[in-house]
Amino acid sequence: MAVAEGAQELTHAIGLHARPAVKLTQLASRFESNVRLRVGADGDWINAKSVSKVMRLKARTGKTLHFRAEGDDADEAVAALKGLVERGFGDDTQ
Amino acid sequence: MSAPAQVAVAIVSHSPEIARGTAAMVHQMVGSDVRVGYCGGNADGGLGTDVETIRAMLEDVWTHAGVAVLVDLGGAEMNTEMAIEMLSEDKRAGFTICNAAIVEGAVMAATQASTGSGLQEVQQAAEDAIG
Repeated sequence: MAVAEGAQELTHAIGLHARPAVKLTQLASRFESNVRLRVGADGDWINAKSVSKVMRLKARTGKTLHFRAEGDDADEAVAALKGLVERGFGDDTQ
Repeated sequence: MSAPAQVAVAIVSHSPEIARGTAAMVHQMVGSDVRVGYCGGNADGGLGTDVETIRAMLEDVWTHAGVAVLVDLGGAEMNTEMAIEMLSEDKRAGFTICNAAIVEGAVMAATQASTGSGLQEVQQAAEDAIG
């Protein structure tokens, strides 16, 4: 089974708030792989497909999100999630 | 068999404005694809809830995948339970009232529903919600 990891700094002006959390969860859920997420290199891993857990992270701007995916589409999942964070969640109006 | 439809979300508030506003937040944050029903107010349009109004809304929002219902205060829950009882037997089982704050719960439930999760997971997401 493929395993992929990646990290991306949160540059989005308000960090991982409600709407970004919703977008991240929706994107993670499109992949078959198990996808986990943590804030910083020593944070606790949480399920990136659980909106309540993602929203509870309340990660602020400047923190780094770490992704770890396990499954056939692990590489694609990590690349997509990093891209979402890099793009500022395609949304900076909130 | 066609692909299973997504779980829907129903919102019952004492206030028509809260019901409408909560639905608007869900659509803005989660997307317009999520199926959301809402109602609020008594039969005269004042603050309160009305069993027949709720029943009609629930009938309308029902899907095979199920419906997660969010209510605000005591009377809303009681009248929603009564409204569910009035539905036909095959539909009744598809509704579950979530023990969650109405706005947070509706957004969480709709997000989980938008990922294709089943009713139980959607309910769990709503009930895990924090402000």
